[in-house]
Amino acid sequence: MDLKTNSRLEKVLKSGQLAVTSECGPPRSSAPEGIIKKGNLIKNHVDAINITDNQTSVTRLCSLAACVHLKLQGLDPVLQMVVRDRNRIALQSDILGAASFGINNVLCLSGDHQSFGDNPQAQNVFDLDSMQLVQTVRRMRDEGRFLSGDEIKVPPNMFVGAAANPFADPFKIRVPRLAKKIAAGAEFIQTQCIYNVEKFELWMQGVRDRGLHDKVFILAGITPMRSVGMAKYLRKSVPGMDVPEELIKRLSGVEKEKQAAEGITIAVETIQRLKEVKGVAGFHVMAIEWEEKVPEIVERAGLFPRPVID
Amino acid sequence: MIVGEQKPLEEIWEMVKVHKQLTVFGCNTCVAVCHQGGNKEAGILASLLRMKATQEEVDIEIVDSGIERQCEHEFFESVRDLMNRSEAVLSLACGIGVQFVATKYQTLPVYPALNTTFLGDVIAVGHFTEKCQACGDCVLGLTGGVCPVSRCCKRLMNGPCGGSSNGKCEISKEIDCAWQLIVDRLEALGRLDDYEKIPPLKDWSKDRAGGPRSFKLEDM
Repeated sequence: MDLKTNSRLEKVLKSGQLAVTSECGPPRSSAPEGIIKKGNLIKNHVDAINITDNQTSVTRLCSLAACVHLKLQGLDPVLQMVVRDRNRIALQSDILGAASFGINNVLCLSGDHQSFGDNPQAQNVFDLDSMQLVQTVRRMRDEGRFLSGDEIKVPPNMFVGAAANPFADPFKIRVPRLAKKIAAGAEFIQTQCIYNVEKFELWMQGVRDRGLHDKVFILAGITPMRSVGMAKYLRKSVPGMDVPEELIKRLSGVEKEKQAAEGITIAVETIQRLKEVKGVAGFHVMAIEWEEKVPEIVERAGLFPRPVID
Repeated sequence: MIVGEQKPLEEIWEMVKVHKQLTVFGCNTCVAVCHQGGNKEAGILASLLRMKATQEEVDIEIVDSGIERQCEHEFFESVRDLMNRSEAVLSLACGIGVQFVATKYQTLPVYPALNTTFLGDVIAVGHFTEKCQACGDCVLGLTGGVCPVSRCCKRLMNGPCGGSSNGKCEISKEIDCAWQLIVDRLEALGRLDDYEKIPPLKDWSKDRAGGPRSFKLEDM
């Protein structure tokens, strides 16, 4: 196995087994207990845990500090980094800081626009974009160089990921865009939540046609619906989210108090179907503020126990 | 051209009401095209301020005037006397003109009547849209003639992000996704393969980030 980092996620993926990741959102406070509790709740059922970076542009405890808390618990965090709030100086600095705590995974994102968050008056940075952040981390790790060209005596040991949204427009560049991220240096991909499975499979066909599945590990994004209301909200109000009408009908067809259970079942069925899709290397289970359901989803989807990695 | 929008009358009034005399001063080029700061608008704004002064029972003499451009010395020749006897100037120019007046007349108070909003075009009568942020390092040759710096809300050099939906930006259905436009344009030019080229990191030192910019013709 040609390992580039000490990342547990990298080891699982390169062992040829389906990987499972999940994510936790940090609190809007300085108390670390919540994020530690969330991490411990799911640690036996996942290989790595993403920590979101001020998601939806709402100010929270920083991703880096939350990752440190999980790392101190012996978990393998994935540092999400958005380029919205930091310039290339701060990004490189935070990468070194994370690596100094033994954080071995980074997910490079552009970040939601600040107009969605609690400070719509904020300046945004976007000095680099997500693609360029991928390039930056790879350069730091592989060449031992800052963007300036200066040497990094002890380079950061980071397994580098990026996101992909097969459901955003224009669809025709969604495979080329993945190719571009791979060319930039992405080693793993976590996708947007998949509800329109046919469209995802169509995208994967395009991925395989270009052999991209052999160059990057694709983790399919899964988010269970808690209610028909959530499904309707995602369909109507979240750009780049594709929730088919049939899914809404299915959830509407069960009583309100059983909709959450139905949502879990749909998530499990989606995983089972996608396990058969060539090129899917694992699953990224995002149970938003519903982390306690991750173990059930992972077990019912036949992804438990998780591989033991030394 | 430079596009501006007039500030609310109340905000303007609060700035100028302390003076006994005020020259409301139009700039008849860029901001005249958008009907916000030309000599005609200076006349209208002066009338509104006179009414306001009457309502508020404030004694202030308001004169309106204007020149072709408030950003070049030669145009100020015709208003030399007026400027000399003005107590304060309310400039309807963009921020450049306001500063030019402030620099040219060191002891004369000058106030902005406009918010300078963007560098844009006229896509239809009365409809102005931003097209450039003067980043100092033009990438339009790579992006099919559509600017990602001014037209993508995240100024992504490798877009579109995951929020592009039906040709629109995630932040508003009123905003076109710049990268949808770039992809469409590259396709129309038969250059869609160029989409996968990764440009070098943007040099923002040529942008606002590098401090105030200038250039000088050596032969003039």
